[in-house]
Amino acid sequence: MNLDLHVNGRDHHLPDVPVWESLLSVLRDRLALYGAKNACEQGECGSCSVMLDDEVVCSCLVMAGQATGRRVRTVEGLEQDRVCAQVRRSMVEKGGVQCGFCTPGFVVAGTGILAADPDADDETIREGLAGNLCRCTGYTKILEAMADARETLHEDAS
Amino acid sequence: MTVLSTASRPGGIGTSPVRPDGDLKVRGLFAFSSDLSAPEMLWGHTVRSPHAHARVEHVDISRARAADGVVAVLTAADVPGRNGFGLVVDDQPVLAGDVVRYIGEAVALVAAETPEAARRAAALVDVVYTELDPVGTVEEALDPRTPPLHPDGNLVRAIDIRRGDPSRHAADVVVTGSYTVGMQDQAPLGTESGLAIPREDGGVQLLVNSQWIHADRNQLAAVLDLPPAKIDVTLAGVGGAFGAREDITLHAHLCLLALASGRPVKMVYSREESFVGHVHRHPAVLRYEHGARADGTLLYVRCAIDLDGGAYASTSWAVVSNAAAFAVGPYVCDDVEITSRVVYTNNPPCGAMRGFGAVQAAIGHEAQMDRLADALGMDPVELRLRNVLEEGDLLPTGQPIRGVVPARRILEELRDLVGVPPLDPAAGLLEMPGGVGNVTHGEGIRRGVGYGIGFKAGGMPEGIRDYATARVRLLPVRDGSEVRVVAQVQTAAAEIGQGLSTVVVQIVRSELGVADVVALPVDTSLGSAGSSSASRQTYMTGGAVQAACRALREELIERAHESFGHRAGSLLEHGHEALLRDGGLYAEDALVAPLTALVGEEGLEAVRRFDHRPTTPYGVDGQGEPHLQFIFAGHRAVADVDTETGLTRLVRLDVVQDVGKAIHPVAVEGQMQGGTAQGVGLALMEEIQVERGRIRNASFTDYLIPTVLDLPPMTTTILEIPDPEAPYGVKGAGEPATISSTPAVVSALRRATGRDLFHVPVRPWDLIAELDGLDERGEQ
Repeated sequence: MNLDLHVNGRDHHLPDVPVWESLLSVLRDRLALYGAKNACEQGECGSCSVMLDDEVVCSCLVMAGQATGRRVRTVEGLEQDRVCAQVRRSMVEKGGVQCGFCTPGFVVAGTGILAADPDADDETIREGLAGNLCRCTGYTKILEAMADARETLHEDAS
Repeated sequence: MTVLSTASRPGGIGTSPVRPDGDLKVRGLFAFSSDLSAPEMLWGHTVRSPHAHARVEHVDISRARAADGVVAVLTAADVPGRNGFGLVVDDQPVLAGDVVRYIGEAVALVAAETPEAARRAAALVDVVYTELDPVGTVEEALDPRTPPLHPDGNLVRAIDIRRGDPSRHAADVVVTGSYTVGMQDQAPLGTESGLAIPREDGGVQLLVNSQWIHADRNQLAAVLDLPPAKIDVTLAGVGGAFGAREDITLHAHLCLLALASGRPVKMVYSREESFVGHVHRHPAVLRYEHGARADGTLLYVRCAIDLDGGAYASTSWAVVSNAAAFAVGPYVCDDVEITSRVVYTNNPPCGAMRGFGAVQAAIGHEAQMDRLADALGMDPVELRLRNVLEEGDLLPTGQPIRGVVPARRILEELRDLVGVPPLDPAAGLLEMPGGVGNVTHGEGIRRGVGYGIGFKAGGMPEGIRDYATARVRLLPVRDGSEVRVVAQVQTAAAEIGQGLSTVVVQIVRSELGVADVVALPVDTSLGSAGSSSASRQTYMTGGAVQAACRALREELIERAHESFGHRAGSLLEHGHEALLRDGGLYAEDALVAPLTALVGEEGLEAVRRFDHRPTTPYGVDGQGEPHLQFIFAGHRAVADVDTETGLTRLVRLDVVQDVGKAIHPVAVEGQMQGGTAQGVGLALMEEIQVERGRIRNASFTDYLIPTVLDLPPMTTTILEIPDPEAPYGVKGAGEPATISSTPAVVSALRRATGRDLFHVPVRPWDLIAELDGLDERGEQ
């Protein structure tokens, strides 16, 4: 099929895309956007998280065709996003990054949580990150990073 | 002679600078091994055995070869060199020849223009098998009637450690127990992946995720029948490892396809393929007998450990040794009999995983200590303190522990932790085991507090001549009109997430007083750094970087004498403390020479190799000094169990670990927290289900690892008791928390339920009294 996608602010016209291709495959293998990772292919780990309009989704579970007409933003496309920039800084500064494979997924999911609710409490953040697996950190420092991002964004806003 | 001293500096050792790769990782721009591509690149796929044990009668590649987009199809006949690999013995075929020994063993390879074409063509490779009886258990493997799976029989290795004589004691209390540990998966988030690129000289470059690129290269050289100089192994971004990447997996396959096709070839395992593509933690049976006096003094320990090594040897040779050496735990006992065996079966191969033999042993020895405390009517922490190892005590191998032993301190810290909240009957659903999924009203919820302590050795054991290499350069760079000196540090040590690339930079900053330090890419152009395993890299590669820096410091002082003769002489030879800082060589507060003048136009470099003190092989009765350094951690766990449903919830989990010297405290905490989480997984949920050799749960839907909701609030207490023999006093930090976490959690479940709990991971039906007598799948 012919696929028209709007990704990270740009329109892409992709001919001859098999109908069964996932959004994740198209992003990685056709658009060379490697920020979203493939770790489970089943929507269990969140490593492939992207924003579809303003919703965080596992791009491995979205057929590429389903993303037509919607705004797709990958971690690369959130480069200029104020909330995302702070989540990224906090993740690095608080030690929320080790091997880093799950990290773009956590950054997208964390951005989604704080964009939807800048006052998200710790429990809401924990629930919001429950769909993302990390094997390195034991999550403690990721939670610290998210709390830090929330506080810093508040300070910047006031 | 003037010796330069090492001072604390911004971004140096003991501080926690941000990771050099952190920014790229959060932006999604860090290139993992699965994110690589090259012009004209092909995709590889592996044909795998569907049988646990079978003769390969015939492989017909004609249909696959003729399929659309296929460029190469390879079988065992296409392996130019030795068709075998392995870290200790090369017993595993790169591609199976006449026999397959486990489900998932590689039989053939396909390279095609697209991943889909490769996958489809792989299904067209016709393999005719004759099934053979699979060997499924340790007992079967050792039965003399069982035909051997390998030429030397089914016993890979047995270790016997004997010291004193357990039979000389009439103990007041004897506790026996038989414990089983399931097969755990490392489950790194990044699956096996890489890119091989043929070189013009007939060699090959491999970019891959790995823990030890020089061991990869040595094995590849034999398989490809190429001199090592014609093989570059470059570390690509590693998405976690935990032992899974110590052995080669797709490495040889990628190189064979690239050399056969003359084009770059990429492969990325799916999660399902990853489960059969790498080795796992050995499942274990541990049989113990502890004898003690009525006052709790341990009199003797007998222990027999059986490990299922699966189809190929991998690192079984060393895992079985660790299980034996640490079988008693960090306790004094002069009369011990330990036998530890590992065998070949037709189950998935097992090898390295974080904690490596000591994890299984700790599940056994800590269960025994808990049950011994019960039998004696003693507090479990007091029992441990009564028997804990102290400085100068002898281990079962007869090896004395040198330096300060932190085990008592760890236990006291754990005992003195506060903050066990009472069970709140009014707690909301979210605070119940199972959360909102819990259908009871919480009447059956019980809270337990448990403790666990464990230890193992850091570094390679048994007389292995282990070393690491580092190169450090000082270079002048022109910055506008100014010239300043920067440093580069190069090693072949695999950064697998643990933060070694930060550590080497910190060491250079501290040693050379240069703020601007870059860690160069990791490849085989420099000598080996050894493996990123056994909690050894900060010690070994850190030691090599330290040595290279100190060689540069000597050279700088020599140059100062040459170029600044009188001034340098008078300043440096009066016993003043000399220091590199702020771009200059200082004696006390006087500038001797600016660094730019000493480094010169061409810069300076030093390459040094670091060797640790020798260890010995096991002698008669397993006696000797086989280990380099001992590393300890302990946990306290607080857990709730719903005794009606068998659901559990961790309330608190606290860890105390001795790291000698925390080079990067935040990274050390990260190791403690992450290691603890993997131990929680083994305690509560992680077990590869193998049925007649087949993994039944090869996905993250069916093999569960802890999410953020499975882990409770955690405190981390870092003890810094330096090891006088180690660079900066460091002790390996990667593994200890994984060892003690599991037994502490299981201990808390024992306290909550009063049940003995003989299998790890603990299953819901193990926690429900009414379900006694059910089999392991919960069926009558």
